[in-house]
Amino acid sequence: MTETPRVGLFATCLVDLYRPTVGFAAAHLLEKAGCRVDVPAAQVCCGQPAYNAGDRDNAAAIARQTIELFETFDYVVAPSGSCAGMLKLHYPDLLADDPAYAARARALAGRTWELIAFLTDILDWDGVDADWPGDVTYHDACSGLRELGVRDQPRRLLARVSGLKVNELGAPDVCCGFGGTFCIKYPEVSGAMVDRKTDDICDTGASTLLAGDLGCLMNIAGRLTRRGEKIEVRHVAEVLAGIADGPAIGQPDN
Amino acid sequence: MKTGSSLEFSRNAARAQADADLQAALEKLQRDTRTSRPAVTGRLPEFEDLRDRAVAIKNHTLAHLDHYLEQFEANVIDAGGKVHWCSDADGARETILQICRDADARTVGKGKSMVSEEIHLNDHLIENGLDVVETDLGEYILQLREETPSHVVMPAIHLKKEQIADTFREHHTTLDPDRPLDEPKHMTAEARTRLREKFLAADVGITGANMLIAETGSVVVVTNEGNGDLTQTLPRIHIVLATIEKAVPSIEDALSIVRILARSATGQEITCYTTFATGARRAGDLDGPEEFHVVLMDNGRTKLLESGFRDVLRCIRCGACQSACPVYGAVGGHAYGGVYGGPIGAVLTPALDGIDKAWTLPEASSFCGSCEAVCPMRIPLPDLMRRWREIAHREKLNKAATRRGLAIWAWAAKRPKLYRAGARFAVAALRLLGRRKGRFQSLPLAGGWTAMRDLPAPEGGTFVDRWHRERGA
Amino acid sequence: MSDRSDILARVRGATGRTENSGPPPAPAYANHPLIPERARGTPADLAARFIDMATEAGATVDRVGSLAETGIAVARWLRNNDLPDDIVVAPDTSLDAAGWNEAAGLSVRRGAASDGDKVTVNSSVAGIAETGTVMVAGTPGTPYTLNFLPDTHIVVVHADDIVGGYEDAWAKLRPGLETGRDLPRTVTLITGPSRSSDIERIVTVGVHGPLRLHILLVGQANGEE
Repeated sequence: MTETPRVGLFATCLVDLYRPTVGFAAAHLLEKAGCRVDVPAAQVCCGQPAYNAGDRDNAAAIARQTIELFETFDYVVAPSGSCAGMLKLHYPDLLADDPAYAARARALAGRTWELIAFLTDILDWDGVDADWPGDVTYHDACSGLRELGVRDQPRRLLARVSGLKVNELGAPDVCCGFGGTFCIKYPEVSGAMVDRKTDDICDTGASTLLAGDLGCLMNIAGRLTRRGEKIEVRHVAEVLAGIADGPAIGQPDN
Repeated sequence: MKTGSSLEFSRNAARAQADADLQAALEKLQRDTRTSRPAVTGRLPEFEDLRDRAVAIKNHTLAHLDHYLEQFEANVIDAGGKVHWCSDADGARETILQICRDADARTVGKGKSMVSEEIHLNDHLIENGLDVVETDLGEYILQLREETPSHVVMPAIHLKKEQIADTFREHHTTLDPDRPLDEPKHMTAEARTRLREKFLAADVGITGANMLIAETGSVVVVTNEGNGDLTQTLPRIHIVLATIEKAVPSIEDALSIVRILARSATGQEITCYTTFATGARRAGDLDGPEEFHVVLMDNGRTKLLESGFRDVLRCIRCGACQSACPVYGAVGGHAYGGVYGGPIGAVLTPALDGIDKAWTLPEASSFCGSCEAVCPMRIPLPDLMRRWREIAHREKLNKAATRRGLAIWAWAAKRPKLYRAGARFAVAALRLLGRRKGRFQSLPLAGGWTAMRDLPAPEGGTFVDRWHRERGA
Repeated sequence: MSDRSDILARVRGATGRTENSGPPPAPAYANHPLIPERARGTPADLAARFIDMATEAGATVDRVGSLAETGIAVARWLRNNDLPDDIVVAPDTSLDAAGWNEAAGLSVRRGAASDGDKVTVNSSVAGIAETGTVMVAGTPGTPYTLNFLPDTHIVVVHADDIVGGYEDAWAKLRPGLETGRDLPRTVTLITGPSRSSDIERIVTVGVHGPLRLHILLVGQANGEE
């Protein structure tokens, strides 16, 4: 790649509202990997809440908006498997019958990537320059794993963080119970699922949980603190970018 | 355990979560499945290709289903059997009852059939004076307990052995009450003896069918116990109850599907018995039924064929989706309120019972995708659940509060400037409120979340604003 | 309008076919059966694999050099396992020369099984290496009940009849097969003894079919030492 790739960073609504650090970490990694990063100001959300609620019309409207905003970039990158998956797999489906947008949706889908997979698979980059003394464990967020095949890539990059050791979960690929609005519609069932995940996390002996999706991370962090556990929760990009010295998710400022 | 309706899913789920025995059983199922499935599929390098082949076979069959059904029928008749077409459950129940009446039957032995559960066949036959005995061990136990199956392939998975022992003591009253029943082998030996009498006494044997082979008119029944075979062979009459989507064109097609069925269902290479039955006994046979009937039922399948849900007709009832589903793993099959639970239940039940009676089921999924990942027939279960959600949304079946909240959110999301302004405000407010602890244990309007977990407080400032402040671009 | 015509009409409506649509074109995969690698090998490979897989599935396997030694082998195995020596053997003429008279102590009846028969002996169509499976057919010479009623089911498999995959076994039934009527009423693939894991997923045998499946492998496959 001789030209500097122009990346439109799709921050995701949760990162935008809850944890800008993840956005900065993502931008840091992309810039280190040689990209020029832009953050279109009018971005709102990928539209999953509407899509998964069966509100196809609103989901399609949001999708059109997103396409218009991002289609001028070489790549669209999101620090989230579920949002990247929405753009990559579901936008073309959502707009398949829209003659004005069907091709544009497919085009955007072809250029959209989850952050970690983008770094390793598209940019062939592994220049992680960070350290993290300690044991972490890693949760494979469902969409990233099953829709986009993101599994080895974060582990490959974490292996480049000096001092860091990954203690694998007994069941890293089992759903944490977030599922977007699922966790709010069925709180007890979701609670049972996040409890199983939490038990698994505690059993690893790790002091930090990492994952690639903020929804999962907030769900798990919320359950850990509710249970009085001291394990910290961060987005994997924070650790890879070396900007993980601020408060962990759900922790107060010092 | 009494099952509430599908609409009572949340309540059913709560009850299931409070049931420690059920939870232990479900945890075991999930643990076992996590090891057994990769173990058996890992030994067959062709497994993924076989999945693709099976999908192609079923899609081809469904696209030409009329041809294969007619071919199947012609071959059954040629082999000395009869085919009865029934559009709905009523027709199937009556047809089967009539066959039993015509044969002066008193006792009916039944192999495992989920379709017979769909149409409540046993009740109908019993109400009309027949003695009906389930011969599959799990189904027999459930029949004694007056319960329904909780898993498509392991119907009594929700029970502990102590519960089963109690049931046997309660019902097998002619036996010594002090006999040992602590181990499964004691109970199965007892069931063997009891059910052997029933097999021998049965006038009619009713089985389901895993597949209907068009080229020969053969019916494939797979079991581990051999009860399917005893049920079809010992009585005078063999009735097969099957829905139309069970058709496959050829024996070779059936064998491809056989290769993925048990591996997906139980982690076995193949079931102990895979039987291809064709017609009634032949001249010279020393055993076998005198009459062979296939009751070919629609019961909503043509509607599925017409609809955007056609893919679900590829289902071979292996139950892999149920075993893999974390929601099923938290609440078990009964919580779903219908004949089928888990992901397949979430897609089929609205089709069979009506979306208005079952909209809760496709809602009760986190869309983790584990079901689709393990489905041997590559049924896009989450997509189909989402399709039901679209229908439920259009028909305003879900909660008004949810729809309103969503509408407001979507209204804002389609107006980025407004959304940004609102986001700025909300983030600032939450940041202020949550700054000290870093999280909320409770928050107005967030009850669904905070019931089970703390809500992390935002860092402060939106990413978009901070980025543009810092980068000026 | 009958249910039959209703259903077919709905099916056709859904798939865009009509009564005159005719048979479907052969799908792309026709004539390309997907045979797993483990269903292939030399006769010696397949014999070894058949024995391994059958044993793994819970069957026991005994070998004899020739059919005439079968009776003695059966008698010996039953004695060693404390099993009754009253047996029912399939009427199939292929089992006539199995040396029953030479097997002292065995009481042999030829015919179908009844409830109460503890041990049966049947012949088979094939042994299938890919999963250690035995194919049996329900015919006048090999009554079906022999496979299911007893506690102990003994099947005679000729090493020459060991094949790699299920399709290969079915190929033995194909000649002369024009319609289903030409098939035996039942063709069954048997793998191991009857079992259930309906009670807490704990495996038990003998529900409701035989508790034991014993395979008597006669002769040598081509190339076996």
